[in-house]
Amino acid sequence: MSQITAPERVAANKLAEAENRREHWEGEATTGHVVTGELDLSHNVILYLDDITVSFDGFRALNKLSLTIDAGELRCIIGPNGAGKTTMMDVITGKTRPDSGKAFFGQTIDLTRMTEPEVAHAGIGRKFQKPTVFERHTVFENLELAMKTDKRVRNTLFASLFDDQRDKISEVMKQIRLDKAADRVAGLLSHGQKQWLEIGMLLMQDPKLLLLDEPVAGMTDDETERTAELFVSLAGKHSLMVVEHDMTFVEALGGKVTVLCEGSVLAEGDLATVQADPRVIEVYLGR
Amino acid sequence: MRTPFTVRLFQSMPRTGWIALAVFAAITWIGIPVAHLVLPEGHALHVSAYTLTLLGKILCYMVVAVAMDLIWGYAGILSLGHGLFFALGGYAFGMYLMRQIGRDGSYGSDLPDFMVFLDWKELPWYWAGSDSFLWAAFLAMALPGVVAFIFGWFAFRSRIKGVYFSIITQALTYAAMLYFYRNETGFGGTNGFTNFKRILGYDITAPETRVMLFALSAALLIACLVLGRYLVTSRLGRILTAIRDAESRVMFIGYNPLHYKLFIWTLSAVLCGMAGALYVSQIGVINPSEMSPANSIEIAVWAAVGGRGTLIGAVLGAGIVNLAKSYFTVTVPEYWPFFLGFLFIAVTLYLPDGVVGLWRKLMTRKAGDSAEAAPQPARAAVEGKTGEISDTATKGASA
Ligand SMILES: Nc1ncnc2c1ncn2[C@@H]1O[C@H](COP(=O)(O)OP(=O)(O)OP(=O)(O)O)[C@@H](O)[C@H]1O
Ligand SMILES: [Mg+2]
Repeated sequence: MSQITAPERVAANKLAEAENRREHWEGEATTGHVVTGELDLSHNVILYLDDITVSFDGFRALNKLSLTIDAGELRCIIGPNGAGKTTMMDVITGKTRPDSGKAFFGQTIDLTRMTEPEVAHAGIGRKFQKPTVFERHTVFENLELAMKTDKRVRNTLFASLFDDQRDKISEVMKQIRLDKAADRVAGLLSHGQKQWLEIGMLLMQDPKLLLLDEPVAGMTDDETERTAELFVSLAGKHSLMVVEHDMTFVEALGGKVTVLCEGSVLAEGDLATVQADPRVIEVYLGR
Repeated sequence: MRTPFTVRLFQSMPRTGWIALAVFAAITWIGIPVAHLVLPEGHALHVSAYTLTLLGKILCYMVVAVAMDLIWGYAGILSLGHGLFFALGGYAFGMYLMRQIGRDGSYGSDLPDFMVFLDWKELPWYWAGSDSFLWAAFLAMALPGVVAFIFGWFAFRSRIKGVYFSIITQALTYAAMLYFYRNETGFGGTNGFTNFKRILGYDITAPETRVMLFALSAALLIACLVLGRYLVTSRLGRILTAIRDAESRVMFIGYNPLHYKLFIWTLSAVLCGMAGALYVSQIGVINPSEMSPANSIEIAVWAAVGGRGTLIGAVLGAGIVNLAKSYFTVTVPEYWPFFLGFLFIAVTLYLPDGVVGLWRKLMTRKAGDSAEAAPQPARAAVEGKTGEISDTATKGASA
């Protein structure tokens, strides 16, 4: 099924190389929408949430939440169930509109006015809490679809893969240790492998900010450890926001930790400080 | 500078597919025409005008089934209003056929009979250009296309999905039917268009004309299959199935599903319109009953019986159901609705992947008997599960 080995294409690839480069750059932010501008990191802040409130039928899932993430930072978000962690990601990615408050990507990009595909093109990638991959597509096809390229209808109708794009897919498959499963249908992967595939799809998008909602749920200890290594290696070049309940994992990531509770920030700091905070102990153990 | 489009078009279909199409073309372009035109009436292989028209009609239905499969089987959007697009194509082209009657109608007027009957003195403005074949052919594609685009734009933009979308399409075709039933609308009311005499000046009932229209229907079907095959094996095709299986994932990796749905939806409607134009030329009548909700449901049954998500399945489904239907309507017409209902239930319960799914199951079982490990059913194994893949959190409070 996969169109990866048509020999004619290999021949055409050499000729296509030049055109390819051009397309890559032209095709960066193209869903056919107004692009809200370049990412401006002049104040070294990549994500800025200010006073965000989201309510569902009167219940405040987010309550005046304010949070900033620095460029290149690896931030962990922890908090009890229902604290609003997923809702926060919904707001950032354009899925849920906040009732009030501001959400900026860099200095200039107003996330509260953008649709999901626009947010993705601006450079924010998201991994869902429940792993969501295309179950009937192969691993390779999943990565191909996620690849950073022109994502308008006209292009996808005629698109074929170029050598460098195929290389990128192979590289990511190695990174997520699915290189032996390229032609496997994603629905047949283990839970942990699906998690990795979804992470791989994020890497293919090459986003500047990665939002990862419980990325190691369902992974073995060994897998968890390797995921931590991967994330640490990504930080710096990318910024990451990781939601996790698994404290060993959070510890392995080693970044700053934000505790969310009842829709707002309860505490912030390194893991040890936060864990020693009586209010945090209260929400985790007090009930 | 990439692989030329024609090469990729060619590569998109496996060799067996091309061979099957070649055989099909030989039968429909040579075999059947010869059997109708050359073989004498008493000959065992003679194809009567009745049979030719019936087969031509089924070819048109097969095109509609493929169009339905593209939208339902691949993009996961169940339309229960595709009869509308088919009928719009038929009406658009029927206007031209009405004009070709010239003064040979019962009133000997330049106007179509029904307009004389209504005491109209001139053609309504929207009949302008209806004496031109090219305009009519264009309109038969453009009208369903534009209607589908506008409807799709609003429906998909509002993120109307699933059952809601299906019900709205039913309402759409029903409303259109009521509208076309009215005499003042200018489309012949209940009787619609009929009593055609000519097409491009040729006698529309002449054997040669019939054969030509039949061969054109076959050509349209072949073109649809080749185009459809290219589409579903392209990256666009993979995005459509991805939208079907996990739409929110598609959005978050940067595709706008609206554009993709609109594209395939409009294309599907245009294909239906073309089929409608050929249908009305062969059957010799188009009236509002073509827009009845039941007709549109039947189209969905064709795709379901054959097997959704396989183009060949749609073709087979349309063939099987319609042959059965013409058998029933000749022998025991009153049982047809029951049989259709039974068929739909049986397929839903026992053959979720239709005839093609059954065939594949039999083949893999056979393959499994000879070679122990059969890795092919991998894709099929997850087929059943995908229905459950919901969008992670259904928390979208935003519009
Ligand atoms: N669409 C919605 N309608 C009503 N309530 C909602 C909706 N989405 C979320 N909520 C509620 O908002 C609160 C925050 O939910 P959210 O999913 O953001 O929590 P979370 O921190 O991600 O929890 P978990 O750790 O269980 O994933 C919960 O009480 C939840 O029930
Ligand atoms: Mg959550």
